Amino acid sequence: MSAQPPETPCGAEVLIRCLEDQGVEYIFGLSGGAAIPIFDALVESSIQLVLVRHEQGATHMADGYARATGKPGVVLVTSGPGATNTVTGLFTAMMDSAPIVVICGQTLTGNLGKDAFQEADVTGITYPVVKHSTLVRDANDVPRVVRESFHLANTGRPGPVLIDMPKDVSEAPCDAPLDPPIDLPGYSVVGHAKAPDVEAAAALLARSRRPLLYVGQGAVISGAGKVVTELAEKLRAPIVNTLLGKGAADETHPLHLGMLGMHGTAYANKAVVDCDLIFAIGARWDDRITGNVDEFCVNAKKIHLDVDEAEFNKVLRPDVCLHGDARLVLEDLLPKVGPLDTEEWLATCEGWRERYPLKYPKKGGLRPQHVLDRLNALTEGRAIITADVGQHQMWAAQFCRTRNGRNWITSGGAGTMGFGFPAAIGAQFGHREKEVWAVVGDGGFQMTLCELATAAVHKLPVKILVINNNFLGLVRQWQEMFWENRLSGVDLEGNPDFVKLAEAYGIKGLRIRRPGDVDRKIQEAREHDGPVLLVAEVVKEDNVFPMIPAGAPISSMIIEPPKERMEKPSGST
Amino acid sequence: MAAPDLAPQPEAAPPVHTISLYVTNKPGVLVRVALVFARRGYNIESLVVSAAAKGDFSRMTITCSGETTTLEQMIKQLSKLVDVVHATDHTGTEAYETEIALVKVAAPLEARTEILQIAEHFGAKVADYGTDSLILRAFGSSEKLNAFIALLRSQGLLELVRSGKILMARGLDAT
Ligand SMILES: Cc1ncc(C[n+]2csc(CCOP(=O)(O)OP(=O)(O)O)c2C)c(N)n1
Repeated sequence: MSAQPPETPCGAEVLIRCLEDQGVEYIFGLSGGAAIPIFDALVESSIQLVLVRHEQGATHMADGYARATGKPGVVLVTSGPGATNTVTGLFTAMMDSAPIVVICGQTLTGNLGKDAFQEADVTGITYPVVKHSTLVRDANDVPRVVRESFHLANTGRPGPVLIDMPKDVSEAPCDAPLDPPIDLPGYSVVGHAKAPDVEAAAALLARSRRPLLYVGQGAVISGAGKVVTELAEKLRAPIVNTLLGKGAADETHPLHLGMLGMHGTAYANKAVVDCDLIFAIGARWDDRITGNVDEFCVNAKKIHLDVDEAEFNKVLRPDVCLHGDARLVLEDLLPKVGPLDTEEWLATCEGWRERYPLKYPKKGGLRPQHVLDRLNALTEGRAIITADVGQHQMWAAQFCRTRNGRNWITSGGAGTMGFGFPAAIGAQFGHREKEVWAVVGDGGFQMTLCELATAAVHKLPVKILVINNNFLGLVRQWQEMFWENRLSGVDLEGNPDFVKLAEAYGIKGLRIRRPGDVDRKIQEAREHDGPVLLVAEVVKEDNVFPMIPAGAPISSMIIEPPKERMEKPSGST
Repeated sequence: MAAPDLAPQPEAAPPVHTISLYVTNKPGVLVRVALVFARRGYNIESLVVSAAAKGDFSRMTITCSGETTTLEQMIKQLSKLVDVVHATDHTGTEAYETEIALVKVAAPLEARTEILQIAEHFGAKVADYGTDSLILRAFGSSEKLNAFIALLRSQGLLELVRSGKILMARGLDAT
């Protein structure tokens, strides 16, 4: 080390320089021996370190930041347990195509494979849950690896990318140029779809009388919301969106029927059953959408637009596949279509909307749906809402009508409890000026609530709405409906007093007990200039409807609470 | 001694495919490829990895069995791997294919003549002449080697090592 000129930076310093060049504003992380050189290099950096309390939280913060801003979120952790604590976050980001870059310290190169202290085979452990990963063995590779990792994370179908940095690589001198060319011969990004496929899609649309646009996360990622709406207006076609595609096209638009799928609106699902053409735009026919796939839209033509070719023919065989970026392809398609004769169809959909509205009992205690309905009304659908996983998530998805895809953030593909609150922290870092609400259940919140400290330290104005039913509610609902109400492992006795908990962290705590308190307490939380934990003590045993039992055809949707016990569902979860 | 195993594969057996991957020569690429197969429950029967003509790249030739529709999707998942430049299913194409087998057979004096006759018939060479055993080296299509090995089973086959199939597209087509 002493032989080289003092001005040669080390791998860690170059790493941080390269992150600055990528425009990174925040790093969410937690240190440890193997990562100390990188944390040391951060001292001099313009990048702000957000010290988390658990590495899983860091990954969800980076994920929430990424989904709210469209820019990759960055995580920095140490080797061994620090790195393994990121696995759930990587999986969550992978399932929902969220661009995060996770940098892990690693033991010395010479120790690899020898069970050295805090040595985990991190690239090995994470292969199935990353878009790509690199174990850096030479400090001079750092600039190229960083450029490639950011390029991979946030182009094509985005996803998590991992960089494993052995300590000696972080400390070794690096005099490689900072802007080396990207060398990824096996990776290419598609833009426009093939012209004949676009023509074929236009021809199919032209013959449709009952078209339906089914919009997913891909539309949010590509910024296709505006052109989706234009397409719907031009065709005079209704829109439905997935849990993750919420708000890609404004859900308050008159042509929008809201969310489809297992807990979607009845009118969205009825439209799916009766359409003669379904056009998937950045959506992947997930089993929560199709139910029993053999009975899904059997008589409807299917068009599938996706940036990821591996999604085509995976679940079902569409009539036309459009391989490309959602926004670019729809912009190409738009001039090739004209108004369709859908007057009757739109009237039918409107009829369903009137006949089967989302509703909830107004009596019998504080209803979670009521709280979320009011949150939506009071924030006018303009706040960023992150939701955790469970009943509250489904109610939030139903009642919060999202006007912009980046204002709705939740773990869909993975269904990761504990995601919602840290994701809100990340989103708030990305948008300091915006109102951000985390809607969480009492179960999931307790999985990552240690990040209350992070919110408090940074005086983030993030609002946490705990829908407290003292149960693992969604599981309890399944046990009630399909398992003779044999409750097993769902009672959250021992819950803390959440208001006191907030206060212990120096955070304002508020409680809603009665329906009459709802508006006032939400407003009080909104007006407070700092983090607030607002706990709604809701009725314990409410259920989410409509519901399509897992694996059943969509037509078997249950709109009202059933009177008799149901068959056990054939679908997995 | 075992009876000659000439029976064709049972009808229900899933079809065998040969696919060729052109990959960047980076650590971990083999694991990433293998995981795609493992996740879909696809059985790899042989796998050959070797350097390609251009440095920094490797070839993988994989024979595997499973449903054709699953394979179609797996090829796309393989192509999606950042380290895979392209993945091609050569099943049913006219590509040139070959494989090498080394077979060790017990060769007591009274059986030698017949073993050597079989070897000659299949164009196999004697690679090692021992007092009690022979190593035969045969190459050719996998089907031919199957037939060869089946005949030798009745002669007391002691060990078998096959290289796995390798293949190259004919003419100017890229493999
Ligand atoms: C990490 C994790 N563990 C378990 C589950 C299974 N699960 C799905 S919803 C749910 C209940 C969530 O309870 P809570 O957070 O209280 O929300 P509620 O459903 O009551 O609104 C469980 C246990 C999961 N999705 N994620």
